[in-house]
Amino acid sequence: MKRKGNLSRLKEKGIELFFFSNGILAIIILIGIFYLLLSEGLPTFNEVSLKEFLTSTRWNPASYSEPSYGILSLIVSTLLVTIGSLIFSVPLGIACAAYLAEVANPKVREVLKPVIEILAGIPSVVIGFLGIVLVGPMIAKVFNLSNGLNAINGSILLGIMALPTIISISEDAISAVPEKYKEASLALGTNRWHTLVKVTIPAALSGIIAAIMLGMGRAIGETMAVLMATGNAPAFPASIFDSVRTMTATIAVELGEVPYNTPHYYSLFAIGLVLFIMTFIVNLISDIVLHKYGEGQ
Amino acid sequence: MKKSINKELIILVSILTLVGVVLAGCGGGTNQSQKEYLQIKGSDTMVNMAQVLSEKYMGKKKEAAISVTGGGSGTGIAALINDKVDIANASRIMKDKEIKQAKDNGVNPKRFVIAMDGLAVVINGENLVEELTINEIARVFRGEITNWKELGGPDKKISLYGRQSNSGTFVYFRDNVLKSDYSANMKRMNGNAQIVESVKEDKAGIGYVGIGYVVKDGKVVNGLNVLNVAKDAESKAASPLKPENVKTGAYPLARPLNQYTNGQPTGLVLDFIKYELSEKGQKIAVEEGFYPVSPKFQKLNQKNLSK
Repeated sequence: MKRKGNLSRLKEKGIELFFFSNGILAIIILIGIFYLLLSEGLPTFNEVSLKEFLTSTRWNPASYSEPSYGILSLIVSTLLVTIGSLIFSVPLGIACAAYLAEVANPKVREVLKPVIEILAGIPSVVIGFLGIVLVGPMIAKVFNLSNGLNAINGSILLGIMALPTIISISEDAISAVPEKYKEASLALGTNRWHTLVKVTIPAALSGIIAAIMLGMGRAIGETMAVLMATGNAPAFPASIFDSVRTMTATIAVELGEVPYNTPHYYSLFAIGLVLFIMTFIVNLISDIVLHKYGEGQ
Repeated sequence: MKKSINKELIILVSILTLVGVVLAGCGGGTNQSQKEYLQIKGSDTMVNMAQVLSEKYMGKKKEAAISVTGGGSGTGIAALINDKVDIANASRIMKDKEIKQAKDNGVNPKRFVIAMDGLAVVINGENLVEELTINEIARVFRGEITNWKELGGPDKKISLYGRQSNSGTFVYFRDNVLKSDYSANMKRMNGNAQIVESVKEDKAGIGYVGIGYVVKDGKVVNGLNVLNVAKDAESKAASPLKPENVKTGAYPLARPLNQYTNGQPTGLVLDFIKYELSEKGQKIAVEEGFYPVSPKFQKLNQKNLSK
């Protein structure tokens, strides 16, 4: 009897150690990536001043005459595409989540939820492909443009890719709103629509904001779809109908051909570093919000 | 109980699959060691032609295994410098800097010209502009001319289509036509085919592609117009669709398509290059829309093969 008890305790310890080491491993990998970005990215600033790097709009490291390393256009393009994607995916996502959590009958919900989650599983290269052959030409037709390879095309694709994250986390948040809030509201004589808009959604707001932030984190770092569908013109975008080039696309396109240990090579890592910091901040904010919301329970 | 059996079954199946994959991988390795293995990488303009050439060659010579990948001339040349490929396809010549880098790595690049390309400047089929001078094309791609109206076309804002900077065509066009940087508004596409498709869709589009991508079965692809190009305002504009224009250099954007090897080619590499330069190989190049090596470059090939 006793031996068996010892054995199971040992087993317990072993499992604990296993999970602990997995956690540690993840952290080591993260630190490793951060270190790599720093060590390969920082030499950029021996050649280019930080100010020029962040405020010049001319990105042309493989220039005919004089190379220039300004990433402002790339940052603005990335933000433009990302924010554009949120403008359309956030209302749609929240509405969809509210429908799933509050309106849909259980059978419908059981079908719809997995279907939406499948959307997250579509490879981004397939989404990018749709952007070239379907969404792009459609945009060109609707807005009477000569072509559809522009920021808004990228926004729509990224919006589609951010939707599953936004819907599924918002739905959890809305479902987690205590039943008594809604009952109290209904008891005061409001209808269900009013309750949803004025009580349930505000009560779930912190969770919804976290969902939006996570969706944004996904959109900002996405590469393939925007690489294929935004036209890749490294100009400073004047409108959402201009071709743009995002930071991720720049790294993906240029890393394959740069000679190692040149300013161009380092500057691509520096872009990666800036991107890393941007996504880190977004994730940090979402984590703080999510934490607050978790404590509210 | 049933559930746990299922779980074990799943684990068992996945382990078996994994082992299978690993074994298959090893098996493949032993098979390949009997074959002579050749790797070609680089120019997107040349990739289709090289693919067809290698397939025909492998059909003839069973013990050869050749893999051809694209990725752009820059990618191929970088791979050659790092000694990762046997042959680098390049639609531009190696820069002095690159040759020096290669030599520093103990790689001694040898150049062979396997076909000629009349780099075609294409516009949408509905655009009636027929010819431009090199200078006009340069000003368009530099972003100095922004409306078709200035070139005698419709009143439309020009949309530029070019390649990404790892492309040899990008570099060739920039160094030989623009002699300056591209407009930042130029859309940078992944490959020749994407430019062709985009310009077909875009009534205000202009782009540049290898002639092999414009001509299918001896005819220009539907929906595209190929511009006649003149060296300057005084010269006569020539079409890249006529082989003699490319051969004589009357078409100003005629360029050699190169392959680079590490040092004097031997064995399979040598045999394959000889096949490409043979009558049969040159015929395939023509079938793929390109042109035979001009006499000037035939001499270069002879020199590099014999030495």
